[in-house]
Amino acid sequence: MEFMPELDLHHPATVEDAIKAYADAPDGRYLAGGSDMLVNIRRGIEQPDTLVYLNGIPEMHGITDNGDHITIGGATILREVAESDLLGEHFTAVATAAGEVAGPSHREYGTLGGNLCLDTRCVFYNQSEWWRAANDYCLKYRGEICHVAPGGKKCFAAFSGDVAPALLIFDAEVEIAGPNNEGGRRRIPLAELYNNDGMDHLTLTKGELVVAVHIPKPQDGASSGYAKSRVRGSIDFPLAGVALRIAVAEGKITDLRVALTGISPLPFLAKGMEKFIGREPDQACLEDLRDRIRTQAKAMKTTMTPPHYRRRVAGGLAQKLAESIF
Amino acid sequence: MKTILSLTVNGVERDDVVPDNLLLVDYLRDKIGLTGTKIGCDGGECGACTVLIDGRPRHACLTLATTCKGATVETVDGLSRDSRLTALQRGFNEKLGAQCGFCTPGMIMASEALLRRNPDPSENDIRDALAANICRCTGYVKIIEAVQYAAKALAEQELVA
Repeated sequence: MEFMPELDLHHPATVEDAIKAYADAPDGRYLAGGSDMLVNIRRGIEQPDTLVYLNGIPEMHGITDNGDHITIGGATILREVAESDLLGEHFTAVATAAGEVAGPSHREYGTLGGNLCLDTRCVFYNQSEWWRAANDYCLKYRGEICHVAPGGKKCFAAFSGDVAPALLIFDAEVEIAGPNNEGGRRRIPLAELYNNDGMDHLTLTKGELVVAVHIPKPQDGASSGYAKSRVRGSIDFPLAGVALRIAVAEGKITDLRVALTGISPLPFLAKGMEKFIGREPDQACLEDLRDRIRTQAKAMKTTMTPPHYRRRVAGGLAQKLAESIF
Repeated sequence: MKTILSLTVNGVERDDVVPDNLLLVDYLRDKIGLTGTKIGCDGGECGACTVLIDGRPRHACLTLATTCKGATVETVDGLSRDSRLTALQRGFNEKLGAQCGFCTPGMIMASEALLRRNPDPSENDIRDALAANICRCTGYVKIIEAVQYAAKALAEQELVA
């Protein structure tokens, strides 16, 4: 099914029009860049009858400095996020992560909101219709069993957006618009956008969309970075992606936060990082960090690369990243 | 549903009636006969369908045609002038940057975008700009040489003019 189904494409000029167009459609989807969505449509994974194109909405574009926080529109393309001096200065990890998404041509139309709401990925799911049919489909779509964990009833498809972990370490919030509350907006911490469920990984209710992301400026002068491991160095989803923020004063760590992506159905902040506060960032400390990240990176067999490699590489990336940025 | 798509393709203003589900690459190849742009992987992985939309390289196979309303689209078909190849096209010819030639239209359009914003790219700049374009024949060395050849030729042209 490598063709486009019949569908209507709407070009709303405001967020309100977009929500209305979505509500009026029997089975609609929001379309931003489409670099992942259109692939899934062509492979028969999604068969919407209506697409609501968000990139023509002026309100959803641009990066603005609001004093104590920075706001990025949901339809801002990833190249602009990656090249922004404002983000590069205060949120290095965010700009770096955006610049690591796919290849340069994808970043010309892939958007921040799209990257945050990216569908979860699995080697048994992101395949052609023929491939999946021959394999009796899978739990996430049309099938009865999960080929990753055949006994279970849970889907382990991995969230593979690069920018989400970089935003998590800065306590970013997402602004969501939807048909509820008469089109009113709500703001939630980014972490609350995600569920730990590969089949239903977003907490967005029907018709809701991410309008903007707000990031408070860090007060403690922390440095940050993002690194990922991937099959092809030039373009690819992360086998494991690590965002890290660290502040060191008088030879002691005063702030350390690490978030992971590409591992679980959701991007998440690593636990137990407060144990490193007050320690000297020497070799032993960074090896502890590596081991602690490794035990939390519980990758499943959702890529061609085996889980134990992704677990080890997640720890290794965290260690290298910490060494390189403070 | 069908809508009227007004855009500029290779310098020519056009109005065409197109269905909402038509991809830009199918519009270019089947609707208006510009078959220079190739369909490789059909999923944004190979870059063979790279065209310039408002001067920026994008995948025509993952762009719906009607989202290009009012845009300027450039394809490899529109590069040469008065039957003369551009410096980039000559570079790919002279330096053997094309073997089977299937990735070449995408490579040339991605390189064209690079040279417009950075006329004197380093080897790393070229590698970064072509990261989303896959070639299975050349091993990329000849492609990089082709882009360097073009950058040099364009710089010399500037001097003469």
